[in-house]
Amino acid sequence: MDRIPILKFGDCLLVTIQVDMHDELAMSLQEDLTAQIAKYASRGVLIDISSLEIVDSFIGRMLANIAAMSRVLDAQTVLTGMQPAVAITLVELGMSLPGIKTALNIERGMELLKEYVKQEVDAEDVDDTES
Amino acid sequence: MSAFQQLVRSNESGILTGWIHEMSSTTRRSDLMDDADLKQQAAEFLRLFTDAAQSGSDVQAQEFAATREFLKAIAKSRMEQGFSPVETAMFVLSLKQPVFNALKDALKANASELVTEIWLSGDLLDKLAMLTVDIAIVFREQTISRQQEEMLELSTPVVKLWDGVLALPLIGTLDSARTQVVMESLLTAIVETNSQVAIIDITGVPTVDTLVAQHLIKTITAARLMGADCYLSGIRPAIAQTIVHLGIDLIDVQTKAKLSDAFAVALQRLGKTVVSIKTSASHAPKGRE
Repeated sequence: MDRIPILKFGDCLLVTIQVDMHDELAMSLQEDLTAQIAKYASRGVLIDISSLEIVDSFIGRMLANIAAMSRVLDAQTVLTGMQPAVAITLVELGMSLPGIKTALNIERGMELLKEYVKQEVDAEDVDDTES
Repeated sequence: MSAFQQLVRSNESGILTGWIHEMSSTTRRSDLMDDADLKQQAAEFLRLFTDAAQSGSDVQAQEFAATREFLKAIAKSRMEQGFSPVETAMFVLSLKQPVFNALKDALKANASELVTEIWLSGDLLDKLAMLTVDIAIVFREQTISRQQEEMLELSTPVVKLWDGVLALPLIGTLDSARTQVVMESLLTAIVETNSQVAIIDITGVPTVDTLVAQHLIKTITAARLMGADCYLSGIRPAIAQTIVHLGIDLIDVQTKAKLSDAFAVALQRLGKTVVSIKTSASHAPKGRE
């Protein structure tokens, strides 16, 4: 059975979903991810779904669940790269995923996470104009 | 069909002259078409028509294919030139008078055959005239649906205000079909321009009811899901009152009275300010230029 790889990146975990999600895969991701967060005491989780073209209510709920579980384990979840069609579908299904932070792409998502985790890494490019 | 057929054949130039005379007295639109074109069209039609009329009076038959094609082309070009459907139909119908006249001259002796021939040729010309009306209607419907699509596109322009700031000035009432276009074009533009902030401006929306509000909230939620902030601006006092009276919950939506206010917030969100050149030393942030 194939699994979705989870990469450790400093204090964060990186998940890029490259294949169409089916229910079993989603369940195993949920288990693996929670195990990894606990293992590495991660502060942030970034899930990129830019190559995901089809979602159903199950996948939507799974994403919401992952965010909720991460929060319980003290990790912030950022969802990145959602396609317009996917966003429309989720909204039509009535799932606005209120607990999840979102970003346009991985780059922005990492910035968000760093902001949240307040790592020393981004101290170098502090922007003066930021209010 | 034989008598009528032979008659037209033998007396083609006479009928053509009579027809053109008839046309110039009834439906001639010299402002839209010159005489040479008209004569050419009339001669061409008469030739095709007499060829086809051999087979009978069924205008949908294979023999009439060339005639139908010709009429289609004529009807289309005339609609484009500004003829009305009636004027186009009269092009065919005005052929009746010279044909009937010729039939009357040829079959003076035989009243019953005359009536039969007049009936047959009249029937045939009526059908062909109806065909042009049909074509004109189809043409007009196509024009209307094309214009509808264009209106839909025109009324939902996505404009880039700044790097990372998009605006969608909405004009007109939102219905389900338009909302779909609005939503899709905004979300696609967010991805294409990699924008972090989108402003939906409803200055041009005359009324906001629960349905419209629901559509707007959906669009804003979808943009949020993709990782862009969405502000709502251009809310007129009357609309603000309606929204509150209807009990619509816009708590999760950041709203501003003016597009400029929303733009100022968007720039702030991106960590940018607009500074007046003269007083740049004071670094006063401004929302409007």
